[in-house]
Amino acid sequence: MKIRLNGEEYTTSGAESIEELLSELGIEPGRVAVEVNLAIVRKADYGRFTLKEGDVVEVVNFVGGGSPGDRWIRALIP
Amino acid sequence: MEDRLVIQGIEFTSRLWVGTGKYRDFEETAKAVEASGTDVVTVAVRRVNILDRNSPNLLDYLDPKRYKILPNTAGCYTVEDALRYARLAREAGISDLVKLEVIGDEKTLFPDVCGLLEATEVLAREGFVVLPYTNDDPVTARRLVDAGAAAVMPLGAPIGSGLGIRNPYNIKIILETVDVPVIVDAGVGTASDATIAMELGCDAVLINTGIAGAGDPVSMARAMRHAVIAGRLAYRAGRIPRKLYATASSPMEGML
Repeated sequence: MKIRLNGEEYTTSGAESIEELLSELGIEPGRVAVEVNLAIVRKADYGRFTLKEGDVVEVVNFVGGGSPGDRWIRALIP
Repeated sequence: MEDRLVIQGIEFTSRLWVGTGKYRDFEETAKAVEASGTDVVTVAVRRVNILDRNSPNLLDYLDPKRYKILPNTAGCYTVEDALRYARLAREAGISDLVKLEVIGDEKTLFPDVCGLLEATEVLAREGFVVLPYTNDDPVTARRLVDAGAAAVMPLGAPIGSGLGIRNPYNIKIILETVDVPVIVDAGVGTASDATIAMELGCDAVLINTGIAGAGDPVSMARAMRHAVIAGRLAYRAGRIPRKLYATASSPMEGML
């Protein structure tokens, strides 16, 4: 299944839920937040949330930062 | 008696808060944060690096059990973006704390006050503990508190400028205007700037570039730690009034 993951085209290797996608990517679910088509998916729902072809998925975490000057890493903003 | 900072029931042991951007690497970040003695670190929310899954994570170096993680909405220029980042941060983290930034101008990075008020109101209603990064305007500070801000974070000077507390009188008026904690955010360039902010009566100081950009960030972190403590103690002790002429401190009696 083809999705858009963090701004890039991504073809899943069988993952159908968020839980399976994170596992496929080797990402620990505890420290991330996931958004699908601009709506946040709660951690408790990762297992039952089914991805569809063409979904726009964002997986974010915390990085070093402290000042609003970090404009060069405005990753989510078009 | 303990002199603790409390914001909406959350107790902080340190009055120096530290940003985690602009360090050389995570080792240096961790050492500087440790030397600062802080219990609060600000972080940004960004995409996970999908390509390099083994890249180190900031939280491997800063234990969330030891430090309160304060996510910011850095880089957001619209209310919509700021709300999106704040909500993602809450989902990724463990608390309702958010350092809210809605930037209005790229060159100065001054806040967009209208956007900030709007976002503060929405997030406060959603149960966030909103700490807005604002300018040094007392009227805006009051409006932010009315909108539900748990504290206000006025700038001392533009982000990363190191110009210090450019308008101490406005900061003082903010302190007299609002009944929530006032935390100076941005502009602190060296230890004396932090002390001045605390001597004015501010409740805490947040520093990133002033430490991360110093020649020796770990030493500067230590300096800032002492500067904040010194300023707080001096504020609580009560300084002497300024006078134009001398007053002898040795007695005249008993002179030959």
